[in-house]
Amino acid sequence: MSKREVRLMQGNEACAEAALYAGVKFFAGYPITPATEIMEILSRKLPQVGGVFLQMEDEISSMAAVIGASIGGLKSLTATSGPGFTLKQENIGYAAMVEIPCVIVDVQRGGPSTGLPTLPAQMDVMQARWGTHGDHPIVVLCPSTVYEYYTLTVQAVNFAEMLRTPVIVLSDAIVGHLREKVVLPELGELKIVNRKMTTVAPKDFLPYKADEDGVPPFVNYGTGYRYHITSNNHDEGGFPATNNHQIADSLLRRLHDKVEKRRSEIVITEEIMTEDADVIIFAYGCTARSAYSAVEEARKKGMKVGLIKALTLWPFPFEVLLKYSKQAKHVIVPEMNLGQLAGEVERTLKDCPVKVTRLNRIDGRMITPEQIVSTISEVI
Amino acid sequence: MATPLNLKELSKKEELFTPGHRLCAGCGAPIVAKMVVMAAEHPLVMTNATGCLEVSTCISENTAWKMPWIHSAFENAGATIGGIEAMYRSLKKQGKIKEDIKFIAWGGDGGTYDIGLQALSGVMERGQDVLYVCYDNGAYMNTGIQRSSATPLGADTTTCPAGSVVQGKPQGRKDLAKIIAAHQGTYVAQASPSNWQDLMKKVRKALDHKGPSFMNIIAPCNRGWRTQLNDAILMSRLAVDTCYWPLFEIQDNITTITYKPKEKKPLVDFLKPQGRFKHLFAPGNEAILKQAQDDVDAYWERLLKEEACFAK
Repeated sequence: MSKREVRLMQGNEACAEAALYAGVKFFAGYPITPATEIMEILSRKLPQVGGVFLQMEDEISSMAAVIGASIGGLKSLTATSGPGFTLKQENIGYAAMVEIPCVIVDVQRGGPSTGLPTLPAQMDVMQARWGTHGDHPIVVLCPSTVYEYYTLTVQAVNFAEMLRTPVIVLSDAIVGHLREKVVLPELGELKIVNRKMTTVAPKDFLPYKADEDGVPPFVNYGTGYRYHITSNNHDEGGFPATNNHQIADSLLRRLHDKVEKRRSEIVITEEIMTEDADVIIFAYGCTARSAYSAVEEARKKGMKVGLIKALTLWPFPFEVLLKYSKQAKHVIVPEMNLGQLAGEVERTLKDCPVKVTRLNRIDGRMITPEQIVSTISEVI
Repeated sequence: MATPLNLKELSKKEELFTPGHRLCAGCGAPIVAKMVVMAAEHPLVMTNATGCLEVSTCISENTAWKMPWIHSAFENAGATIGGIEAMYRSLKKQGKIKEDIKFIAWGGDGGTYDIGLQALSGVMERGQDVLYVCYDNGAYMNTGIQRSSATPLGADTTTCPAGSVVQGKPQGRKDLAKIIAAHQGTYVAQASPSNWQDLMKKVRKALDHKGPSFMNIIAPCNRGWRTQLNDAILMSRLAVDTCYWPLFEIQDNITTITYKPKEKKPLVDFLKPQGRFKHLFAPGNEAILKQAQDDVDAYWERLLKEEACFAK
């Protein structure tokens, strides 16, 4: 009988522990600040649970190895930061196209390029969505506390396995290096999802023939099934179909549909003190921490302010915003970038009588609760 | 007339790699950087891959380099210096530049052996007239001591930690000098700050060489090696005297050993002062120590044979 363990934990440590909880058995990575702790911890812990840790020669190969291991049947994860995330993008697109479950943790730091290696930012929101070329589905989860970093890492592995698609955990240097008290979930407390395996005989098996949910069942390599993988457009048999317009169209639509079909499961948001709110702060990641304090402060002053915290950034959680489109007069979007998600908020609310206000900071320091309170006072 | 390589004359020369940088006390990298820059007699242009040397020698508005110095991304110092050299050749051909300028790229072992190998190989293969210097401290020290493919057998790092089952890094060091020597028309040298005249001679040879050059220079790191603050030079000397780090050069596929220790010391003399090898001296790990010694012996014997093979 396991018990809930109480720990003082660093965010990146929670991520590594959560990966093990979720059943991750393979990690390949490359050193990069502020994400290196995840790989350092897993280099010790994975071998202890029969898993495999590989330090690779660069970020590109780390992503490729993660895909390879996942094809081989292991739940696989890698962790990096902005510049490394950029180098991984080609293979992230590959994983989306050939439908290989994998999780990429991006501990954001200031960019572009080498940028601010030790300072936080939220500048990879659009890179997480559109960093790799082509229309591809992606799921991006964003923690604002150490505990959320834990639970969302478990969720990320679950979603990847469930959807057969890459899932990104988008944390940042604040949440990654933050130490907080965490009550760890017991074994069995959080749901663990394993990939769906085929039930048909080898002769009837088509590796990319999807079920009703849009997700094709898996087989492991070397089990007697014919399983051909190509990153070209491919038919249900997994062979290139680069001149077949109908297959090209249906494949890409299915890749998107399988995510959209599970939207209600995947899109995670929290509404805090929003019941009567005239002003809503829409925040995510480390900025949601300041936003929470700001809401408490504003409430003390008698202002009707609430917080929507987005834990899923992509698919973009427009539903929760539309829910308040008649009630709220103002939405404030504080972000440590120049407005990457604010654009989505504005797009969602463009036909509603709600004014969207951006609050941006890009100097490597957190947006403070005071800044948000002062923006609230300005818009009211 | 080049400045003679003696301390009296060199001490009169202007330092172009200057004090005031933020590398750790006792770090071997700035000693190496200073020697390389001081050996050069031409105007220099530098690129520097991300790493300790890069991050600590150029902070906010301060730089330790009295020359054009470009921080490239982690993986492409070789390609960046290649672009600059190509531009220089073109401008020179057009008569827009008259001076003879030399081009040097810097990378640590992570940025050279691992993520930067492709760009390094490219600039060497294209035959571009550049010198790439790797300051090899045997791990990713800038991110907190993770193993690299330059990390020696048995070393304890944060990603190949010594424990009850695994005794540090299970693999040996990649032989980078030989990999680069396999590129046609290269001048390749391995050097150590303990043998500073040998190092500076090789820098001059590399810069005079018409074509690509590569130097691999050992740069002890007291943080990662867990050694005393004041023994960077001593450690680099022990590396040479144990033949862990032989001093040699390869030009046109011909190997020349530039320094032969009078008495080849046992490898443990180099390993023992380093905390990263401490666990190897615990009972039960004799086989790893023997393996490490055997590897060094085999490499040294082979070098001697290679040299003898081409002796005139």
